[in-house]
Amino acid sequence: MESVLGRYRNLVILVGVLFLQVLGLAMQVKRGGNANDAENTRLIRIWSVGAITPFERILVWAQNGSNDLWHNYVYLRGVRAENRQLKDQIEQMRLEQVRLAEDAAQARRLQTLLAFKEQFISRTVAAQVIGSSGSDLSRIVYIDKGEKAGIKRDMAVMTADGIVGKVLLVYSSVSQVLLISDQSSGVGALLEKTRLQGVLRGTANGEVVLERVMSDEQVPVGETVLTSGGDQIFPKGLPIGTVTKVGNGKDLFLNIKIKPAANLSKLEEVLVLVENKERQATAEDNVRVRAADILAQRLPSVPDKPAVDPNASAGTAGTPANPAVAKTAAKPAGTAATTAPAPKKPSTSSNVPSASAAGTGQSTKPADRTPTVPKNAGASGPVPAPKPDASETTPAGEQPKPAEPTTPTAPPANPKPPADQSSPQ
Amino acid sequence: MPITYTSNEQVEVYRFSIPVTIGIPLLALFVQAFLPLRFPRFAVYFDLPLLITIFFSMARRNPIAGLFTGAVIGLAQDMLGHNPIGIYGIAKTVVGYGASSLGVKLDVENAGARLLVTLGFYLVHSAVYFTVAHGLVNMTQTWSWSRGILAGLANAVLSVVLFFLLDKFKQRT
Repeated sequence: MESVLGRYRNLVILVGVLFLQVLGLAMQVKRGGNANDAENTRLIRIWSVGAITPFERILVWAQNGSNDLWHNYVYLRGVRAENRQLKDQIEQMRLEQVRLAEDAAQARRLQTLLAFKEQFISRTVAAQVIGSSGSDLSRIVYIDKGEKAGIKRDMAVMTADGIVGKVLLVYSSVSQVLLISDQSSGVGALLEKTRLQGVLRGTANGEVVLERVMSDEQVPVGETVLTSGGDQIFPKGLPIGTVTKVGNGKDLFLNIKIKPAANLSKLEEVLVLVENKERQATAEDNVRVRAADILAQRLPSVPDKPAVDPNASAGTAGTPANPAVAKTAAKPAGTAATTAPAPKKPSTSSNVPSASAAGTGQSTKPADRTPTVPKNAGASGPVPAPKPDASETTPAGEQPKPAEPTTPTAPPANPKPPADQSSPQ
Repeated sequence: MPITYTSNEQVEVYRFSIPVTIGIPLLALFVQAFLPLRFPRFAVYFDLPLLITIFFSMARRNPIAGLFTGAVIGLAQDMLGHNPIGIYGIAKTVVGYGASSLGVKLDVENAGARLLVTLGFYLVHSAVYFTVAHGLVNMTQTWSWSRGILAGLANAVLSVVLFFLLDKFKQRT
């Protein structure tokens, strides 16, 4: 026996070393339940990453430093012309911005009506790509920000062009990012125009494909693919890429190849989405208050009703129970003023109901608070509106002025209805 | 004459200083991880840790040293990725053992021999990696002969230059 072992010593050791490694592999696969679960081998990976990344960090730093020096202080050819071109571009973009702001405001109002909850990116951390796995079978990159910068596992990573991947492992000052082109990655995706949803996956040869789109659907080449938000990692609406090829796949699904919007093979700086808030859509940010409304707010208006004297007989002017009086009050202020007595307290009311209040289900109908004012009061002039909080109704930068408790003046000529009312049109 | 059959007495066995033994594999891993950021196709065609494994194994001409060299370099390469640790380890252990065993039998000091040996071992490495990844870990892999041979040739050409440079660090025993 000994002679056999001695004779085949090298082979025995080879088999032993291979057996140990196979055993280690089997343990990783079994323990994780997922072959790609790198969390189980965290310590051993820390050693390896710790040995390699400091050099990469230094090299990237030196390279960036020399690049900056050259491009910012030495090589400035064509900068003046480029500057002029950029200024022109800014002018064009300003015009575009005005149009988009209108669209966004409208979208917000509609979202408010639907009680839509939107996700938005509230904080990102910029990071430098300092290394890769060095293998085309593991499409990951290392970034120079880790736990210390607030980065956590499964955070979305993107560039200005589109999404890049998600954080897979986090070390103290380095993180490992799994690219969307890796075959173990998966992103909820949505086709921009057709609104078809699918799952974005990487392939073994580094391509990105959209799966789970039925083969009877029409997907045009060149269509933009966005994140759907269904994966709970990427917020909805971030660009992923464009469709480059559509073919028949397996099991009644299409095989859609995607060209990623971000250049995954040449990543330098990325943004890690560290905070992603969900909020109820409100239109108040976008409700523009017209000059007429501000004017109406400042002008003396029909004051609130005085306290009702319990001893007063029914039918007295100002009695809320009397529908006839309510009708009278609904008339233009000039007319209403004749029936409404002057109040003792100044009015802080406005005829612009809060859009946010409407969106959150709060009642802003004037009739709810002051029964004497009809819902369409704004159409007939500056009549007293409900008494919501000043913060709800005051336009930005405007403090409500108390109305003079005098006889109201005539309404402005040709008054228009309040702008951007959040109630359904 | 690219490959000459030699007796054990004729074969020279080399050793390396500790800084070279540790530093060169680490440098290879570092370059392998860094260069794809600037040259994206580098990782597709080149495998520097494999070339270092072959070089050290052939120079030492000791199968046990060769297999351990391959195992350590392969495991370190595994650690930089996100796949289970051991796939590169197993592939490079086999290559290290094979290269050092071949080094005992053959004189692989000239450029032609190195070219052929590296091409062969690249294919062996790819085959073992594919088998382990596909059979043991159930990773989706595609085998392509054209890509394998192209990458093997690229590595073989690089190995001629690289081995020539690394020869400077050899120390006779």
